[in-house]
Amino acid sequence: MDSHVAERIRQEIQSNDVVLFMKGTPVFPQCGFSAAVVQVLSHLGVKFNGIDVLQDPGLRQGVKDFSNWPTVPQLYVKGEFVGGCDIVREMFQSGELQGLLQEKGIQSQPAA
Amino acid sequence: MAMSPAEIESMIKAAIPDAQINIEDLRGDGDHYAAYVISATFKGKTRVQQHQMVYQALRGRMGNELHALALQTSVPTEA
Repeated sequence: MDSHVAERIRQEIQSNDVVLFMKGTPVFPQCGFSAAVVQVLSHLGVKFNGIDVLQDPGLRQGVKDFSNWPTVPQLYVKGEFVGGCDIVREMFQSGELQGLLQEKGIQSQPAA
Repeated sequence: MAMSPAEIESMIKAAIPDAQINIEDLRGDGDHYAAYVISATFKGKTRVQQHQMVYQALRGRMGNELHALALQTSVPTEA
């Protein structure tokens, strides 16, 4: 893969605690799976940096190569790949995601 | 080109022979599936690694011909 793309991804996930590579933006997701992850993060009151891969074909392929994961969305917490929509949803439902965020020292303010 | 449930199942089986697989066609359109895969080979692996094993079994289909496959993996309870 393009080393510039890899470098950019590395920089994004290192300089932001929670990064979501997604289709569309957090306000206007362009895909149901991306929207579902945004919804979970918003529900937990987690601040995250949403990156729209549709704006950049190199990045769209790059995030898949980088994480060895065939689909978007992809969630990173503190530089670590957590998973895609299914895993995030499953972890949220079991409470594991909340535990992980807490363990990593990520601020969250769950909606009442 | 969509994939049939049988095709998905046989590809997973080929790579993970002990897998118990349950596939649901979520919308009846042959394009949106949910798969539940249980295998002892998942033991000791993270969810990400377990899903990667299934994606690897599907050899590049996922994200291409196979648009949506909601995946849930687990180890057999007795393992």
